[in-house]
Amino acid sequence: MSGPNTDYDPVEVTPLKAEEVERMRDEAVAAIAAAADLEQLKQVRLDHAGDRSPLALANREIGALPPQARKEAGARVGQARGAVTKALGERTSVLEDEHEQRMLVEERVDVTLPTKRRRAGARHPITTFSERLSDVFLAMGWEVAEGPWVEAEWLNFDALNMGPDHPARTMQDTFWLEPADAALVLRTHTSPVQARTMLSQQPPIYVVCPGRVYRTDEVDATHSPVFHQIEGLVVDEGITMAHLKGTLDHMTTALFGEGITTRFRPSYFPFTEPSAEMDMVCFVCRGVDSDACRTCRGEGWIELGGCGVVNPRVLTACGIDPEVYSGIAFGFGIDRMLMFRHNVTDLRDVFEGDVRFASAFGTEI
Amino acid sequence: MKAPLSWIREYVDLPADVTLSALTDRLTMLGLKLEAVTNPADAVTGPLVVGRVLTLEKEPQKNGKTINWCTVDVGDANGTGEPQGIVCGAHNFVEGDLVVVCLPGAVLPGDFEISARKTYGHLSAGMICSAAELGLGTDHDGIIVLPADAGAPGDDAFDVLGMDDPVIEFEINPDRAYALSLRGIAREAALGFDLPFTDPAARDTPAANADGHPVVVDDAAGCPVFVARSVSGFDPTATTPGWMATRLEQAGMRPVSLAVDVTNYVMLELGRPIHGYDREKLSGAVRVRRAAAGEKLTTLDGVVRTLSAEDLVVTDDSGIIGLGGVMGGETTEISETTTSILVEAAHWDAVSMFRTGKRHRLTSEAGKRNERGVDPEITEAAADRVVELLVELGGATADAGVTVVGTPPARVSITIPVDLPARISGIDISAETTLAHLRAVGCEVAIDGDTLTAVAPSWRPDLTDPYDLVEEVVRIVGYDQVPSVLPPAPAGRGRSEAQRLRRRVGTTLAGAGLVETISYPFVGDADWDRLGLAEGDERRTALRVVNPLNNEEPFLATTLLPGLLKALARNVGRGTTDVALFETSLVFEPTGAKAPLLGVDRRPSDEEWASIEKAVPRQPMHLAIALTGHAEDAGWWGAGRLASWSDAIGTVRALADELGVELTVTATTREPWHPGRCAELRIGERVIGHAGELHPKVCKAYAVPARTAVAEIDLDALLEHATTVVTGPEFSSFPVAKEDVALVVDADVPAAAVEAALREGAGELLESIALFDVFTGEQVGEGKKSLAYALRFRAPDRTLKEGEASAAREAAVAMAAERTGAVQR
Ligand SMILES: [Zn+2]
Repeated sequence: MSGPNTDYDPVEVTPLKAEEVERMRDEAVAAIAAAADLEQLKQVRLDHAGDRSPLALANREIGALPPQARKEAGARVGQARGAVTKALGERTSVLEDEHEQRMLVEERVDVTLPTKRRRAGARHPITTFSERLSDVFLAMGWEVAEGPWVEAEWLNFDALNMGPDHPARTMQDTFWLEPADAALVLRTHTSPVQARTMLSQQPPIYVVCPGRVYRTDEVDATHSPVFHQIEGLVVDEGITMAHLKGTLDHMTTALFGEGITTRFRPSYFPFTEPSAEMDMVCFVCRGVDSDACRTCRGEGWIELGGCGVVNPRVLTACGIDPEVYSGIAFGFGIDRMLMFRHNVTDLRDVFEGDVRFASAFGTEI
Repeated sequence: MKAPLSWIREYVDLPADVTLSALTDRLTMLGLKLEAVTNPADAVTGPLVVGRVLTLEKEPQKNGKTINWCTVDVGDANGTGEPQGIVCGAHNFVEGDLVVVCLPGAVLPGDFEISARKTYGHLSAGMICSAAELGLGTDHDGIIVLPADAGAPGDDAFDVLGMDDPVIEFEINPDRAYALSLRGIAREAALGFDLPFTDPAARDTPAANADGHPVVVDDAAGCPVFVARSVSGFDPTATTPGWMATRLEQAGMRPVSLAVDVTNYVMLELGRPIHGYDREKLSGAVRVRRAAAGEKLTTLDGVVRTLSAEDLVVTDDSGIIGLGGVMGGETTEISETTTSILVEAAHWDAVSMFRTGKRHRLTSEAGKRNERGVDPEITEAAADRVVELLVELGGATADAGVTVVGTPPARVSITIPVDLPARISGIDISAETTLAHLRAVGCEVAIDGDTLTAVAPSWRPDLTDPYDLVEEVVRIVGYDQVPSVLPPAPAGRGRSEAQRLRRRVGTTLAGAGLVETISYPFVGDADWDRLGLAEGDERRTALRVVNPLNNEEPFLATTLLPGLLKALARNVGRGTTDVALFETSLVFEPTGAKAPLLGVDRRPSDEEWASIEKAVPRQPMHLAIALTGHAEDAGWWGAGRLASWSDAIGTVRALADELGVELTVTATTREPWHPGRCAELRIGERVIGHAGELHPKVCKAYAVPARTAVAEIDLDALLEHATTVVTGPEFSSFPVAKEDVALVVDADVPAAAVEAALREGAGELLESIALFDVFTGEQVGEGKKSLAYALRFRAPDRTLKEGEASAAREAAVAMAAERTGAVQR
């Protein structure tokens, strides 16, 4: 390296010659273009743009020039270094793109591999279907009432106009609890919840009572000693059978679609008078060409359950004045409706706890 | 109740345009629900004709049987007019008899097609039919031999046999006992089509006199009316005529003997049960009284019955001869030598009949009618009808004596507002319609301004209340006339807090991968033993069912684990080895109190209601979970992870977090958990449940895999503490400072205690603490463990200064050292 040219000698410095600078620049640009990957480019950067690269060294020699020559040499070297930096930048960008392209290809995975590491849980379809049913009534402003499963005999029978000698009391085969005179039963229907509701509040009453009930049925494909009912109760001024029909029509329409309405047939229940059996239009065949329909077995109608006008004797026993108020009530089996709505053929599936059953329904129904 | 259409037609002249389905539809809409229609004619396709046996040759066969090779004149029915050759195996007929022949091409019940076929060396072109082969009863004794005047060869046998007589089976509701008779069903048919009705009970009967068999009724409440008639000179060999036997069979009753069949026939006809006694076996007056407790009677079914003081009995000088209204006794039973018959037509108290039937587990056609209510005003007519038939069919003479004791109860009169049927049904029903329909069902109706008073007919003991009249009017107007109107419910509040929380529990657990189950609540001693419950364990104190389905499982569950473990075992047994279950269900805690049976004429008093509430057992809702197999599956990503005790505890903890409840977990021992792997779960001081690994013995007892993990909590208790209104959080946006610390403590120091000390020592700047490693081994020392925690510090309002976080960490460590003997590694 030359010392500072302080005596203004017109010294000739070889590396700063124009052709020399051009050569260094061209070599650098060529090397940059030749770098095949980012690793090579790193070395090229050191060789041609680093502190010890020819152009960097040439730059240091500028001080050795006479002052009037420095400016020109400085500009020459500066332009050359600028060209190198630009070439480096462009090449880096190209090689980075290439690198990324390669990476993206190399990182390809088989997206068809199985991804399920944890099994999904599920709520029981009886639970979700009870909620779904309740939703229809909640949307009308009704509320959901509940009660205990072991119930006082008086609430399960007497308060509902089923006295000790009422034939209906033998129609339902009841689980009685010890001691035999404890007057406690596993509730045979959700009706005691209606009685409890009436005993705890005055009208207007608009409630549904979904829940578990018990009868001494042996287990088979359509019977179970444990099953589920939903009952509805309205007690208000001026309530009529028309309100019962309107409510049930709305429910079946909400659950099964437009046109799926109900019909009444006279029947008998101690807690209602007049009493009716209710049927709904078969939601599969819609009552048209029913003969081949397996859902309604050719009837065009599906039996739902019982309903009627609350017997004034029940209102009296529950402390509601039948001269002022009238009521309507209905009830049907949740399990049974679940079965025909979802084509479940064996009631045992509901109670055996096989996860494949509930899992099929998920968390809503 | 099965009713032959031909019998209905005897009392109501149904026009031709009333088809069978129109009739059954109308009756169903009136409350007599169609169960089924059976018509023998529907099961047989002709040609089925009358034939006369011209020749009959008996031909013994090698197999020991003898067959008859017959030629039968079937008129022109076979198209040729030539006699038909038929092989027949029956022997109850001779040449010249009129028989029923089905010709080739006919199809008999069971899709049995008749064709000409070679048999026993002849070409047999058809079949001579028995009643059973035509689906007309079960008599297999031989072929049908028609009366000589039944018809001519070639006549259609469907008509001759009366085969085209549909039998309609109705489901009769308990309140419509009158429809357990042809009289009642025909009356409804007449009502339904507005036709005249011929009442078979409307007959002139002889007046009571002093010459009849002496009868004394000691209990007029139990037996308000007792009518006795008698016949003499009855021919015990007389047989039941075919038409009567057919009708009894059509109605589902078995013909027995003429005398018995006549009483049954009249019961079907009028709905009034009748009892016949062999009068020669009676000694002295017939008496009705309540039994003395402990008295005995052998009933007609051969059972010796010990009577209760509530049972009504019929006696004579020899003692008890029958259980009144329910079943007769053996000593006075009509036999094959009876020639003198006493006919009893008595009206019995329905409640007493019901209780006696239930007490003695006796169900009979008579009992069924007597306990539901029979027309009390037709006792004399029914007895007279029986006498008439015994005279007509049994060659008997009616005795002149007629005994009538007592009078029928007064008819019920009901007063209602005239517009009540319209008001309750929501149908526009005029006063005229209401009056007309009440009269049509047999009420005598008087109107007084806006009210009417209806006197119920004697055959309708079910009509007692105002709304009973509403139902009568509305069923005739038609339930299909009820309009569809939504009731005007007031605005509601949606689900209750508890209901919403329970839904949240279900969704949370399902989201965590658990599947909900529903189990039966029935458990037995074996379950307590399988769970390893000690003798005094409170869970062994359970409600017991008087009449369990399975005597091995008489108790109601006090814990959900037996049901859940059985479901788990079932899943594993069916090949599902990775199972996570949950169940929410009530459990039952006995109170020992007895529930009162209150009146129903008013609301219970507050004290009465309190006594009911006290007697109804406490039934808290429990949540139980059971886990086995993989919590996370193995796969191409790695080995997966098996569910363990920590998942059972973790699931409940996560649920508590979801509900905003702070749960305290401490080690404990409790059956059925592994003694070293059982957590007690508390809210404050209240224990709400337990979680951990199942005891290995319990796993074996329930046949569930080893290491099965379970938890059971009082869900009500958890939900009581749930945060229902969350306060919106405030959080700092200043930088977090992270500090790790590793502490060595004695192996039996609970991690929870160390964490609690760190939290307290760290002070307010501590944002979170996480245990990220538990380590034991030589480096830590015998009986020691190392716990590594990640602490995060942050101030709500500023960036922490240099050294602030490490100072807080030091304070935390100091507190842990003080409380738990922890030493920083
Ligand atoms: Zn259908």
